[in-house]
Amino acid sequence: MSTLTGTFSLVRLALRLDRVRLPIWVLVTVVTALSTASAFKQLYPDEASRQRVAASIGSNPALLAIYGPIYDTSLGAVTMWRLGIIGALLAGLMSMLTINRHTRQDEEAGRLELIGATVVGRHAPMAAALVVTIGANIVLALLTGLGLAGQGLPVGSSLAAGFAFAGLGVVLAAVTAVAAQLSENARTVNAIAGTVFGVAFVLRLVGDASGADGPGWLTWLSPVGWIEKTRAYAGDRWWVIGMMAVTAIVLFVVAYALVGRRDLGAGLVPPRPGPADAGASLNGVFGLAWRLQRWSLAGWAFGFAVMGYAMGSVASGVLDLFKDDPQMTKMMQQLGGVSTLIDAFMSAIMGIVALVVSVYAVQATLRMRAEETNFRAEPLLATNTGRIRWAASHLVYPLVGSAVMLTLAGLGAGIAYGIEIDDVGGQVGSVLGNALVQLPATLVVAAIALALFGLAPRFVILSWAALTVFVLLGQLGPILQAPQWLMDVSPFTHVPKLTQQVSAGPLIWLSVVAVVLGVVGLVGLRRRDIG
Amino acid sequence: MTPAISVSGLVKTFGRTRALDGLDLTVTTGEVHGFLGPNGAGKSTTIRVLLGLLRADSGTAQLLGGDPWGQAAELHRRLAYVPGDVTLWPTLSGGEVIDLLGRLRGGLDVKRKTALLERFELDPAKKGRTYSKGNRQKVALVAALASDVELLILDEPTSGLDPLMEAVFRECITEEKGNGRTVLLSSHILSEVEALCDRVSIIRNGRTVETGTLNELRHLTRTSINAELATAPTGLAQLPGVHDLSTRDTTVKFEVDTSELDAVLKHLSAAGIRSLTSQPPTLEELFLRHYEDDLR
Repeated sequence: MSTLTGTFSLVRLALRLDRVRLPIWVLVTVVTALSTASAFKQLYPDEASRQRVAASIGSNPALLAIYGPIYDTSLGAVTMWRLGIIGALLAGLMSMLTINRHTRQDEEAGRLELIGATVVGRHAPMAAALVVTIGANIVLALLTGLGLAGQGLPVGSSLAAGFAFAGLGVVLAAVTAVAAQLSENARTVNAIAGTVFGVAFVLRLVGDASGADGPGWLTWLSPVGWIEKTRAYAGDRWWVIGMMAVTAIVLFVVAYALVGRRDLGAGLVPPRPGPADAGASLNGVFGLAWRLQRWSLAGWAFGFAVMGYAMGSVASGVLDLFKDDPQMTKMMQQLGGVSTLIDAFMSAIMGIVALVVSVYAVQATLRMRAEETNFRAEPLLATNTGRIRWAASHLVYPLVGSAVMLTLAGLGAGIAYGIEIDDVGGQVGSVLGNALVQLPATLVVAAIALALFGLAPRFVILSWAALTVFVLLGQLGPILQAPQWLMDVSPFTHVPKLTQQVSAGPLIWLSVVAVVLGVVGLVGLRRRDIG
Repeated sequence: MTPAISVSGLVKTFGRTRALDGLDLTVTTGEVHGFLGPNGAGKSTTIRVLLGLLRADSGTAQLLGGDPWGQAAELHRRLAYVPGDVTLWPTLSGGEVIDLLGRLRGGLDVKRKTALLERFELDPAKKGRTYSKGNRQKVALVAALASDVELLILDEPTSGLDPLMEAVFRECITEEKGNGRTVLLSSHILSEVEALCDRVSIIRNGRTVETGTLNELRHLTRTSINAELATAPTGLAQLPGVHDLSTRDTTVKFEVDTSELDAVLKHLSAAGIRSLTSQPPTLEELFLRHYEDDLR
């Protein structure tokens, strides 16, 4: 019997379990690609208009930082340029979550033990997870490629584009497979793989924005950077996709070797014993929530400080380059802000930061649901602890944590930009303002999660769906020229740009919406069954 | 004196499933009350209603003289709960969980905690995810037993414990009872219930089917009789309460409803008893009789 016996049955099991999830990931990616292509066909119908766009992007560190360079002026190349970030995010997250779900998450929950005792080889669960994830990525590549070709783009290049995204997905799958061997805890596995993913984004960003004399090679160190280095529609370097495959294979081999070296349920990093008594800080539910959430909070906070600093340090080139180019000014306005260009840039950056902070906020809110479904809330609520108090102990994190993160991103960006132009004192305040103005919209997203948790706990997953819709509206809405009522659905549409005549109205309204949703959620929590 | 727990006509549905269907339960202050029933009978649901985690659809429930839903947090100060399936926070040590739960209940007796850790042979320095099922159970038990409370609600607390630890558990419960505490003990282990409980309630399909002291319940079940008689018996089969009669010459074997025992023995002695063995009913038989109805 080989160590792979049973892989086929496990593949079928995984496909059965993921029959809704995976098609949704693939579908969202494909639809995003197609709608971007068709929108660009209308926005930049002729070569001349695309040349103007490409020329301004090539000399602009800000856009280079966010979206990477444009390699050609064909419709395909411009589409691919705009798609890079979101395609990478979708394929990467899909792969990361799928691998973790079918390996460490199953193992931690003890389901793998049940399976491991049947006629199933040691490596079969991991192999099955890989087969399913790679399969999903190939489907994603083919559908995206064929879809883009259906928009009248060259078939070969379209497939290269699809497989560039899939390649990143498979690399992320391999990274997650290795991470799943290191820790016993599925949450830590997500944190490790997510950190690698985040670092890859930052490397690409700094590499692309660094200009001719800077460390442009950093992009080559980043799997996310390899997507643009594939140069779909501008040379189709299939060997870069090959490079992704080789990287993934090397990581897979490492993961396989690690599986053979450890026990079921264990990680490679052994757990240390803890204290025999609780310290003074573990004095109640608030102390407990701090213990449960602190590392996640610290990790995210550090990430945002770094992200802010990186964004701030590439911002200095923006002012000069933008001034002379009306086309770019207009484009930048579509992406975020108005009039003063640096404010527009910071506003656009902080808009993206706020979306990522919302991911943290939703995750920190839904920690309560995880505690509930794992029956860890029950013994707490069977003590002298009211439900609202218990909820409050967790809600500190989406509330205060989001504010802390936006502050750190704002401070990081403000200080970095201030250093560049020798005006730290003058810049920190306004950049920080650009960051904090996003807080009410972020809290609306967290409040949606809280409302679902209180009213319809089985459907808390819809809070991720809502956030995805907001992200897509923000990213694609302006390009697709979505109607205003649709754009208004997203709280982020209502965030005022600080360069405008700032009125507190929208901020107050967003805060009111957040409070109302939050109260509804808490009232629901008080009235519903636990478990 | 108000009973510690008094439940009547409790109904709770989950979608189409009727988990509780008019359940009654009374636990007198100071007693150890056994709560029995097959898997899925509604024991844990009842306990979770009593803890204010679930809201009953209809019926009344009183816990320590209060409303378990409306006054949950205040009432919980006076009770400790051990869930049937204990899950711990993977990154917290057992000792930390015990202290945390104790503090949340308003303080725990450090001396008693230390003594209990020793008696249950539990290493409090291990992280939650590294404990076996039995050890997780011990963490919850120590946390509950070390708290100074009036009422212990235990949902299959010994599942996963080895026989030695189960003996320790029995000692502890006996001591708690001596200290005047009330215990609601949901269990599948009948010897445990027989050893510890003053009264038991048996539930099935969300309803209470029997309740009373063990002696009262024994009356409801059958004694098996094996007798050698002087003459072949007549009319035995016609007597009320006689079941599964088999006769070979002058030897009879049968089961008899314990309530009819006296009349049947009189009938036997009329035929002249040469030898007689009788087996008192066990709780197990009583229990099986109710469980088997489910199997049919």
